[in-house]
Amino acid sequence: MKSRKLSIPYLIWMVIFTMIPLVMIGVTAFTDKDGHFSFEPFINAFQYTNVFAKSLWIALLSTAICLVLAYPLAYIITKMKRSTQNTVIMLMMIPMWMNFLLRIYAWIILLQKNGPLDMALSLLGIHGTYIGNTAAVIVGMVYEYLPFMVLPIYTVMSKIDGGLIEAAQDLGSNSFYVFKKVIFPLSIPGIISGITMVFVPSASTFLVSQYLGGTDDIMIGDVIDKIFWTDQNTGAAISLVLMIFIFIFLVIMNLFGDEEAIA
Amino acid sequence: MKKIISFILCAVLACSATVVFAGCGSSAESKGEVNVYSWGDYFAPGEDGLMDVIAEFKDKTGITVNLTTYDTNEELYNMLKSSNVSYDVIIPSEYMITKLIKEDMLLELDYNNIPNYSEISERFKKLPCDPDGKYTVCYSWGVTAMVYDKTKVDKKPTSWDTLWDESLKGDILMINNSRDAMAIAMQLCGINPEECTKADVDKATAKLAEQKPLLKKYVMDQVFTEMESGQAAVAPYYAGDIAKMMENNEDLDYAFPEDGSNLFYDAFCIPKSCKNKENAEAFINFMQKPEIAAENCKYLLYGTPNKGALEFLDEDIKDNELTFPNEEYLDKCYTFSDVDDEVYAYMQEQFVKVQAE
Amino acid sequence: MKSKRKSGVLSKIYIALIMIFLYAPIAVMIFFSFNKGNTIVWKGFSLKWYSALFNDRTLMGALGNTLIIATLASLFATVLGTAAAIGINNFKGKKRAVIQNVSNIPIISPDIVMGVSLMLLFTFFGVLFNFEMGFATVLISHICFCVPFVVLNVMPRIKRMDPSLYDAALDLGCNQWQAFFKVVIFELMPGIISGFLISFTYSLDDFIITHFTQGARFQTLSTEIYALLRRKIPPTINALSALLFLAIIIIMVLINLRDRHEEKIKNGR
Repeated sequence: MKSRKLSIPYLIWMVIFTMIPLVMIGVTAFTDKDGHFSFEPFINAFQYTNVFAKSLWIALLSTAICLVLAYPLAYIITKMKRSTQNTVIMLMMIPMWMNFLLRIYAWIILLQKNGPLDMALSLLGIHGTYIGNTAAVIVGMVYEYLPFMVLPIYTVMSKIDGGLIEAAQDLGSNSFYVFKKVIFPLSIPGIISGITMVFVPSASTFLVSQYLGGTDDIMIGDVIDKIFWTDQNTGAAISLVLMIFIFIFLVIMNLFGDEEAIA
Repeated sequence: MKKIISFILCAVLACSATVVFAGCGSSAESKGEVNVYSWGDYFAPGEDGLMDVIAEFKDKTGITVNLTTYDTNEELYNMLKSSNVSYDVIIPSEYMITKLIKEDMLLELDYNNIPNYSEISERFKKLPCDPDGKYTVCYSWGVTAMVYDKTKVDKKPTSWDTLWDESLKGDILMINNSRDAMAIAMQLCGINPEECTKADVDKATAKLAEQKPLLKKYVMDQVFTEMESGQAAVAPYYAGDIAKMMENNEDLDYAFPEDGSNLFYDAFCIPKSCKNKENAEAFINFMQKPEIAAENCKYLLYGTPNKGALEFLDEDIKDNELTFPNEEYLDKCYTFSDVDDEVYAYMQEQFVKVQAE
Repeated sequence: MKSKRKSGVLSKIYIALIMIFLYAPIAVMIFFSFNKGNTIVWKGFSLKWYSALFNDRTLMGALGNTLIIATLASLFATVLGTAAAIGINNFKGKKRAVIQNVSNIPIISPDIVMGVSLMLLFTFFGVLFNFEMGFATVLISHICFCVPFVVLNVMPRIKRMDPSLYDAALDLGCNQWQAFFKVVIFELMPGIISGFLISFTYSLDDFIITHFTQGARFQTLSTEIYALLRRKIPPTINALSALLFLAIIIIMVLINLRDRHEEKIKNGR
């Protein structure tokens, strides 16, 4: 029980399958096609700056929308009966158990021309295109990652001591003041881990924009996927930059909350 | 809770066990395997009264076929080059064959093991990409053409410039493959794609960048779903596939651009990484049996180089311009077979950039 | 009082809207799985896509592979992760912080970076030791991203555990192994189980990492669906979604019923 030996297999595992691959990305990113040291991959990667910016922008918007939708939802859920709470959380989780690709495909069917949404809206006299634009990509992202925002916020909120709220009320606070002074500050760790859990995958994912977006909505994940099969060096350089961005983001998030919340 | 979990676990384990054993059971009697790396949907799958040719091959020979697919010649090349994966049979197109031969990545075929090679018509035996006829057995051929939706495009297109038509903005699909996309742009710029230079690629790149705001999407085989369900107005694609789309949507029609187009061949080859050469040759031979080649032709609607197969084809397939374009039009077409490596890599690079701009 | 009731109604409407958002796409997919035609135009009721699905050997094989990988990966990860958590708990200070941070890398690094890095590793070793990517590499990759979740779930349990329990068991005549399995593992069980379940879920759902490490022949459900989506999308995919959905609902309901039953027994006492 007191022994550290039990962790040895995992330590070895980590070195081989976590550390070495990362080192290999670093090395590959600094070599050219002939295997010499070079900054060329980074110069190539630099050409995708606008894609980078667009990805971060889409991820930011999706995260913000998730937060706006999830926060009141989590709050409402905590106000329900215990058994209802479990049911609603379960209902939130069920779509997550469907395959990632099937969830996107479902949106393709729903949004396409002459699809159900188009049909319904044209009965009301509204005509438009709902797929192939940035909005569709963001809807897809929100759909994929909304539960990742709801769950941590809900977990934190449901642990808030009811006594604290009562005490505040007894001291004459109205419900808005209770929210501002008690509930919101205490739910910040949940918000931070929610933001992390939505932002990281939505900034780096691929396919969502390929299927739901138009020709302008290519994201950095798609570029890495496309380029990696033809030019591993540039692919590695872009991955490295992406990784650094994400780490900076996590460090900033870390400044707001305690470490436990991030994981 | 715990019991439920253990129940689920047991169920899962039981399922996995059956799958594993089922796998073992069938491989016990088999005579090895053949790893085929092919274009998606490239063999008759046993629907609509056609034969499942892969299953048939297994029944007749006892060899298991592991079929995996690629979308572009470039994907095939990169898989062969950069990952340590072995394939036994591949079906690259002409310019890729040139490249693979040049880089010494193909094995010479033993035509004695492929007796049905005699069924191939002479024209397709010594292809320009394989002038000595040592590495290839041609599988199919065709041209690129345009498919359009009659309800959305008023006049039958006559030139590739329909793909740059402002009035169709948002309804145009473009082929997501550097070679074909660049070639289409080059033809509009009056460049012969057969002998293009880097400067020509730049011109084509500019032309493609001009087109991008008008596009709905860059697609490969997604074009089927898009066109068949009326999601787009016009798209360039391979003629045989256009014939198939037209079977599923009456509103579709085809157009051969007068600028000419690309004539392509796809041929069976065996890469150096092959581990089952005999099985690979058996597979190639089987696919060139006239009746099998005919089945594949009926499914793909691409031209077949197999003379014997023609006997098994209905008149309406033989008369279909999309499957067998007439000689007159073929004279207007060019074939990619030998583009300089550097220009070719540049082409790919620029195409990704157009998309990422 | 009145305003409270009003806000109650608003909350219900809000939850209903979110549920519509979550379930509408799935409902549409299930609806079209019964379509006779093969596009989104309704051509009448038919079960033909379901029979086509069961006859689709590649899709069924891929489903089997997914289950095998998810089961093996989460089992391995659970064992490796639990042992690791106990061991790491005995490190102190800086060393421990470093180990924990490295262990968290697979969780915080983007999937695509992990996939790409593992692919580099496997192709490098593949050339060196002459092996191909396939079942084994996918399994290893899945274990990689599963273990940290197990560690994270088991760790808090260890912290909460009374260390004297283990010594007490030894005093009462257990040997080290008995004490370990009967006391320690038993105490950590809830954490181990949730770690296992999370691993299982992530492994089932993973596409990106599998995409980069699958090699030439090995297909899981995700990669097979990916290949299908790039081509003419067969409506069997709708039938598959409908069946997966049904399976998930059944499992969830079973778990929920069981939980309620247990609760009742507890309350009855």
